[in-house]
Amino acid sequence: MKQPFRTAQGGRIDRSRPVFFTFNGRQYAGHAGDTLASALLANGVHLVGRSFKYHRPRGILSAGCEEPSALVQLEKGGLTEPNMRAPVVELYDDLAATSQNAWPSVEHDIGAVNGLLSKLFVAGFYYKTFMSPKSFWMKVYEPFIRRAAGLGKAPTEGDLDIYDKMHAHCDVLVVGGGPAGLAAARAAAASGARVILIDEQNELGGALLSADELIDGNPALDWVAGIQAELLANPEVRILTRTTVTGYYDHNYLIAAQRRTDHLPRRAAGKTARQRLWKIRAARVVLATGAHERPLVFADNDRPGVMLAAAARTYANRYGALVGKKVVVFTNNDSAYEAAFDLKIAGAAIPAIVDLRPEAGQGLLERARNLGIPVIAQGAIVGVKGTKRVAGALVMRLAEAGEAFADTQPAELECDAIAMSGGWSPAVHLFSQSQGKLRFDDAKACFVPDVAAQHQASVGACNGSFELGACLAEGLDAGAAAAEAAGFPATAKLVAPVAQSRAFGTIKQTWVVPSLRPVGHGKAKHFIDFQNDVTAADVALAHREGYKHVEHLKRYTTMGMATDQGKTSNVNALGYLSTMLGTSIPEIGTTTFRAPYTPVTFGTLAGRDVGHLADPERHTPIHAWHVARGALFEDVGQWKRAWYYPRPGETMEAAVSRECRAVRESVGVLDASTLGKIDVQGQDAVTFLNLLYTSAFSKLEIGKARYALLCKEDGMVMDDGIVARVGPSRFYLTTTTGGAAKVLDWMEDYLQTEWPHLKVYLTSITEQWTVAQVAGPKARAVLEKLTDTKLDKESFPFMAVKDATVAGLKARIFRVSFTGELSFEVAVPAHQGKQLWEAIFAAGDEFGITPFGTEAMHVLRAEKGFIIVGQETDATVTPQDLGMGGMVSRLKPDFVGKRAYTRADTARVDRKQLVGLLTDEPQTVLPEGAQLVEVSDDPALTKGGTSPLPAPVPMIGHVTSSYWSPTLGRSIALALVKGGSARHGQVIMAPLTTGAVRCTITGPVFYDAEGKRANG
Amino acid sequence: MLLITCPWCGPRDEIEFTCGGEAHRARPQDPAATDDAAFADFLFMRTNPKGLQRERWCHSQGCRRWFNLERSTITHEITRIYKMGEQPEASADATSPARQGGQP
Ligand SMILES: [Zn+2]
Repeated sequence: MKQPFRTAQGGRIDRSRPVFFTFNGRQYAGHAGDTLASALLANGVHLVGRSFKYHRPRGILSAGCEEPSALVQLEKGGLTEPNMRAPVVELYDDLAATSQNAWPSVEHDIGAVNGLLSKLFVAGFYYKTFMSPKSFWMKVYEPFIRRAAGLGKAPTEGDLDIYDKMHAHCDVLVVGGGPAGLAAARAAAASGARVILIDEQNELGGALLSADELIDGNPALDWVAGIQAELLANPEVRILTRTTVTGYYDHNYLIAAQRRTDHLPRRAAGKTARQRLWKIRAARVVLATGAHERPLVFADNDRPGVMLAAAARTYANRYGALVGKKVVVFTNNDSAYEAAFDLKIAGAAIPAIVDLRPEAGQGLLERARNLGIPVIAQGAIVGVKGTKRVAGALVMRLAEAGEAFADTQPAELECDAIAMSGGWSPAVHLFSQSQGKLRFDDAKACFVPDVAAQHQASVGACNGSFELGACLAEGLDAGAAAAEAAGFPATAKLVAPVAQSRAFGTIKQTWVVPSLRPVGHGKAKHFIDFQNDVTAADVALAHREGYKHVEHLKRYTTMGMATDQGKTSNVNALGYLSTMLGTSIPEIGTTTFRAPYTPVTFGTLAGRDVGHLADPERHTPIHAWHVARGALFEDVGQWKRAWYYPRPGETMEAAVSRECRAVRESVGVLDASTLGKIDVQGQDAVTFLNLLYTSAFSKLEIGKARYALLCKEDGMVMDDGIVARVGPSRFYLTTTTGGAAKVLDWMEDYLQTEWPHLKVYLTSITEQWTVAQVAGPKARAVLEKLTDTKLDKESFPFMAVKDATVAGLKARIFRVSFTGELSFEVAVPAHQGKQLWEAIFAAGDEFGITPFGTEAMHVLRAEKGFIIVGQETDATVTPQDLGMGGMVSRLKPDFVGKRAYTRADTARVDRKQLVGLLTDEPQTVLPEGAQLVEVSDDPALTKGGTSPLPAPVPMIGHVTSSYWSPTLGRSIALALVKGGSARHGQVIMAPLTTGAVRCTITGPVFYDAEGKRANG
Repeated sequence: MLLITCPWCGPRDEIEFTCGGEAHRARPQDPAATDDAAFADFLFMRTNPKGLQRERWCHSQGCRRWFNLERSTITHEITRIYKMGEQPEASADATSPARQGGQP
């Protein structure tokens, strides 16, 4: 296939290898080494998409990651990805790309009518146009904006690719593989330091890949190849290409996204990790991230074919693609002249270089003359001919000062592309992310690094040093200094290579180029932010409306808030704002740069932590048995706990009722292995526990256990569990399943920081034990078949703990109860848990032994009024609020929380207190979390709904637990109610959207208040 | 992600640690003898400085030891790390001026 805009020779493409691809369904050919953008340009395709707000035809602006316009949707289905920047998409066989923001097609886009309605889309249009009437927002405005403005389509299928992560450490991290970065890496590596060199492009060289400079008298790329070979041979150096450092965080911690297979045909999807997230900790960082060219803000500067001058040069020199046959160059600085010269040499006609300045840099005019290129000094492009492609440039000469023109009529220069340069912005993004402070360099018209906040140096173009010689010298010095600071002094100073030096020259700060009619008048638009469609008129309007702070301006106009984060637009906007405000750019300051530098896929950030690997799952040794019995599971922290065990066709309610009845009438077994368990040893163990728990343990005998509460210094309940004394100075504690780690940390805190003199040792033993809770009237009969230890009431009373042999296994039995029934918890070493479990079920078969899950456990404990920490408590609840004041020792002189109980607030009698609630209608189960109020006749409150809204009433409490109780044959609930302990018997109500529910306050214990069953 | 040098284990990533808030807020020796105002101060009030702050950290995913460090709340620079029970002199606040006027 013919590529009409391909140069005759040259470039870093492989002309012997064609690569076929489709764009908007049409097939094209490029070459290996092309990007999607260079291949499209070689085929003469400039119109690649429609703009965000106005749906204007948009082309390719840049040749790098800063691209704001040429965004495409790549591939389909599980491989699709939106917002891909065409200049950084490497071409591969059968690549399929489509335009974004265009419907029905990029050539005929209905949304372009937005351009005609542009008065509706001015700065702040979100806040203005669509404000009223309110009901229109959801139904009319929002769907319209969404359809009109969508930036690509989010994938609807699962990602077919896999991703992973790497952690790396180094002495010197060099970001950027251009001349400055290569020099830095070379110097650092020569000192023996471990070096990581990262570059976002497919090969090293940076800007040298697009240029024709000489180093030491040879082509610059020979020098690059030499350094690369030297670094590759050094085992302490790691080079990552196609890798973008996207985030710079505290203590020299940086994140990089590596694209490993994106340049390959998609056939290999899912076989190799497509992208990899690098997490790098570096002793020293050298930033050599280069600079981005800025557009000039002139009338109709967004026509396809208007692009950055350096990009046009890159396409010609590196990719052998001409951006046009006739290219007008428009500039306010010297750098665009090189583009004009190289384009001319590559075969394009240059009708003129239009220079805003009166005078170009030394020697440039002569070189232009030699190449036959006319230069229009003090000239301006005031308009562009053509809609979907540049057809001509309207040029006028400026009067010596101000906005006035020297000509009365514009001259039309016929052309098919315009290459512009508004100066250069150092890529200070990472420097700024690392909290380094910027300064505005007025002569270079850009922000440059000023004071670093971390161990780093900026070199080369990102430091405002645009000349090659300076880049090389700065890089060598910074690389050696970084290595030395990391402990690797240089053995010999490397000599900086001699580079052919081209002076950068002067720049004219022209933030908006004068046009035939003032900004905001007439049809012409002067685009500043190409991705978010923000024009100079929008900035002017925001200024007129009083938005004078740059952060306000940014949010009001959305300038710089697209995925390109304003790489090409921020400085132009600041410059224009400064001229309107009559202040300088340093006085305005700049907006904050944030990670990521360029967009990162969610897949890369997630890595392998997706699906069942998203969060670790903890399983008890009985897990497989639960699964085999059809259990459904509940997440408690990271534990999977058996929730209930439905039989075929059984509803949850029926299953839970059956499990509850089994415990109340015969025997059930709960897997209690997940409860946190802490082994406490040491001569001061009693003293330590007396200081932590609210109750006293001095008199707790060996072989006895006690239910106990842990509170914080503010007196609020933090956790609960069993404290069992298993030796003179040894205890076995349990915690809640979710609180285990927190309680251990907290205990260690007191032990290490408040009472380090106590000889106590804490060990987590949660996973060392499997615990079977055997509960119900037949629990004793079951276990008696498995052990010789006497289990009768006298030999093994309630709250006793004994070591025993159960089913031939060494075990420890706790006679404790969380269900209110006769109950034994049998603990054996974890690896024998399954054996114990199966023996218990075999022994219980004759009693219809039933496994029960956490749901039945919750119902059974609620019937008994037992609390669950985190359900009945929320860090504002004291033991006294829970009716557990009896568990708070009055005799101990001190324990954590004690002092708080005499504070005025904790001593209040109208605090929320734990009560039971019985609904008037026994079938009604209150929703947990329901608010409670005093009884009211207000129909708006009693009938529910939201119209009319009831008059506000004070909330006096809320429902903490609520269930259908199979034992009582009615609903029950626990609640925290203001002054509730003194209100038993009174009626209150829960106003729900379905109508108010009246209920009576009771004590929290609904079943066996005397505790005969557990004691029996 | 801070890099914290555990006094026992050496430099480790922040994710291995938990922060216990401001350091050197000792629990009253005799809480019962502490008046309401002093106890409320102990419970609720923290210095929250802009600049160097001493903090308690626990290497909870490592050796489980608690220790103290001194950190700039502006730059996150860690200027000292020391064991429980020690109370070294304050560092000069070398907080980089680059961070002082940061944008929100
Ligand atoms: Zn440690």
